Amino acid sequence: MTFVDDESQARVGVGARRTLLLSLLVASVGCPAPASTTATTLSPPDPGPVRDSGGSAAGGLGPPQLEEVAILTDAPLVPPPITRRVPAKVKVEIEVIEAELPISDGVSYSFWTFGGKVPGKFIRVRQGDTVELKLLNHPSSKMPHNIDLHAVTGPGGGAASTFTAPGHGSQFTFQALNQGLYVYHCATAPVGMHVANGMYGLILVEPPEGLPKVDREFYVMQGDFYTVGKYREKGHQPFDMQKAIEENATYVLFNGAEGSLLDNNALKAAVGERVRLFVGNGGPNLVSSFHVIGEVFDHVWTEGGTHVQENVQTTLVPAGGSAIVDFKLEVPGTYILVDHSIFRAFNKGAVGMIKVSGAERKDVYSGKEVDSVYLADKAASDAGAIQRASSALGAGTLTREQQVEAGRALFAGTCSACHGGEGKGLPGVFPPLAGSDFLNADPSRAIGVLLNGLSGKVSVNGGAYDSVMPPMSQLNDDEIANLLTFVVNSWGNSGGQISSAQVKERRSGTPRPAGAAR
Amino acid sequence: MLAFLLIIALAASPEMVTIGPGPAVAKNGGPVDVDVGRFLLDVDLVSRTDFAAFVGDHPLWRRDRARALFVDERYLADWASARAPGEDVDPAAPVTLVSWFAARAYCSAQGKRLPTSAEWELAAAASTTKKDARADPSFVAAILDWYGRPPAPLRANHRTQANLWGVRDLHGVVWEWVEDFNFALVKDGRSGDGGALFCGAGASAADPADYAGFMRLAFRSSLEARFALPVLGFRCAKDVLP
Repeated sequence: MTFVDDESQARVGVGARRTLLLSLLVASVGCPAPASTTATTLSPPDPGPVRDSGGSAAGGLGPPQLEEVAILTDAPLVPPPITRRVPAKVKVEIEVIEAELPISDGVSYSFWTFGGKVPGKFIRVRQGDTVELKLLNHPSSKMPHNIDLHAVTGPGGGAASTFTAPGHGSQFTFQALNQGLYVYHCATAPVGMHVANGMYGLILVEPPEGLPKVDREFYVMQGDFYTVGKYREKGHQPFDMQKAIEENATYVLFNGAEGSLLDNNALKAAVGERVRLFVGNGGPNLVSSFHVIGEVFDHVWTEGGTHVQENVQTTLVPAGGSAIVDFKLEVPGTYILVDHSIFRAFNKGAVGMIKVSGAERKDVYSGKEVDSVYLADKAASDAGAIQRASSALGAGTLTREQQVEAGRALFAGTCSACHGGEGKGLPGVFPPLAGSDFLNADPSRAIGVLLNGLSGKVSVNGGAYDSVMPPMSQLNDDEIANLLTFVVNSWGNSGGQISSAQVKERRSGTPRPAGAAR
Repeated sequence: MLAFLLIIALAASPEMVTIGPGPAVAKNGGPVDVDVGRFLLDVDLVSRTDFAAFVGDHPLWRRDRARALFVDERYLADWASARAPGEDVDPAAPVTLVSWFAARAYCSAQGKRLPTSAEWELAAAASTTKKDARADPSFVAAILDWYGRPPAPLRANHRTQANLWGVRDLHGVVWEWVEDFNFALVKDGRSGDGGALFCGAGASAADPADYAGFMRLAFRSSLEARFALPVLGFRCAKDVLP
């Protein structure tokens, strides 16, 4: 709990730096959870004992018992789970199409695709299946293409066998011996350019018994893109070979375009559901630090393999690799998918959303919807007030009014997320500061609350609260003095002034563990 | 000597120019660079009009008569009839959807031949100002940009300014057949590991920095002699008489 609080507090504390895309961080700028509520008990599907799947030696499950045509889907959709329990011959037909498509608003790029979109079609088969793969290269293509599936046992993974000129088709057959989630990609020279133009996708080889049942499955695949123009430079942007060689990506994207998983395109789920993401990374160059802001992966099939790791915050997805993650949804709201190599998220496009509907679970997460953009703008616009107060203090001319103005800006960035913009708090969860009998009874007590936090039962204006407020000791003496001066002079409180010297005295009299923020 | 060659060139055909000597180029994209020497090359790609005249003189190359051994089912498929391109396509645009056999027969009928890959690469290495512009970033970028874009409908020849040798449209219009298109590193796509063109390779096949050349090599390697592709045309070459 302490760890979580410190983390939340640390994020809240960087208000001055929160100027970009802050709305995307709603989930992480939230408030600490009340002390009385421990994490709810989840009942994840039993991933089974750690075992040896036997690898490819155990993969052949006998000759095909039937024949079927594979259902293929475009991201973010995933074909339905396989329910049959016998090996089949599965026919897969993929058409390679070179197409000019949007990569960002007002920016187009010449993608080379497996099936018309980036990433390519999702293929779902069962271990032991015999897969007949036909690759058609559209007559309008300019390039020859092929496919190398990492799920294939055999030289080249099918690359040489499917090398196909424009307007032609090739076919080869393989037995899916190894279970797991595998990347496929084009392996025609120059391989890097074919991959950089979007020629990759995922093939899932389900274990014979299937994967544990979940409520929703989605297909998310990251890729890095290299354009001659800068990020978001309008118009058609050609591929930049030199940037690709230098691994200096212009875009890092989920599902081939900025916004492919945002707003109306967001993934959708409901509280109480378990969501599984099949996550791939086509590269060509960058390794993804895949993370969902506000969720913890209950299970991660690391690198798309057989063994399950649990309770993971961020998982690495190698270029040309994958991961399967799942998590149960307890709290409604918007969850943000990012590559936590975080400049890629905020400056290169690696952002997606899962919108979760359903009833609030205040016991799990008590924060209300926060308009972070509003807070950021307000904080930014009032940064001058903080600066003026600081200068005035140095010059010995600080007035109460200056303190109030500076404190107002600080409050918006630091306190209002929980206590509300008007200091009204949230009944039963966050005590009010407006007209607060607890505050007015001893305003100087509040200095200690900010420095050391407050936990346990308190009574405010007749309401009972049993929560945790984390220490705000990352704020300096000036800031705390200004904040409190603002609060005691607002919303019907009794007025007064808290000085920097008072805060300093209280801070120096408070012992702290080594390494803790003072 | 130069004047003599020039006279021969003009005598051979007013639409050909002499190429070479020039920089060494990779032969079939292989690791060994070769000196090509001198040869004659058509200034322009063979147009639909040119090819219609050939088909008129050699009806066995009409699409309804050409043998399946020599052409696939897409041979001249965009023409309105077996005899002529028709109104719907630009007759001055380069002829495409022709097989290697058909292209070879056309050149032969003109007393010419297809250029070798090395000859083609030598001619195509030149920009408007340099014999060898392969290290010129803007020259390379323009080529790669065309390779990267989905094809637009074909337009007439003469789209680009003639290069230093006097040849037009070597880049930016269509791919071109060469005599030895399939002698590159991938010969048998159905066996083995696919050779040097696929994953993890390239260094032994060609200068890895010459991505444009590498892409042409990959493209040619995907072809079979009877293939007809919408983005593949040709021009003819001829030996310089000794």
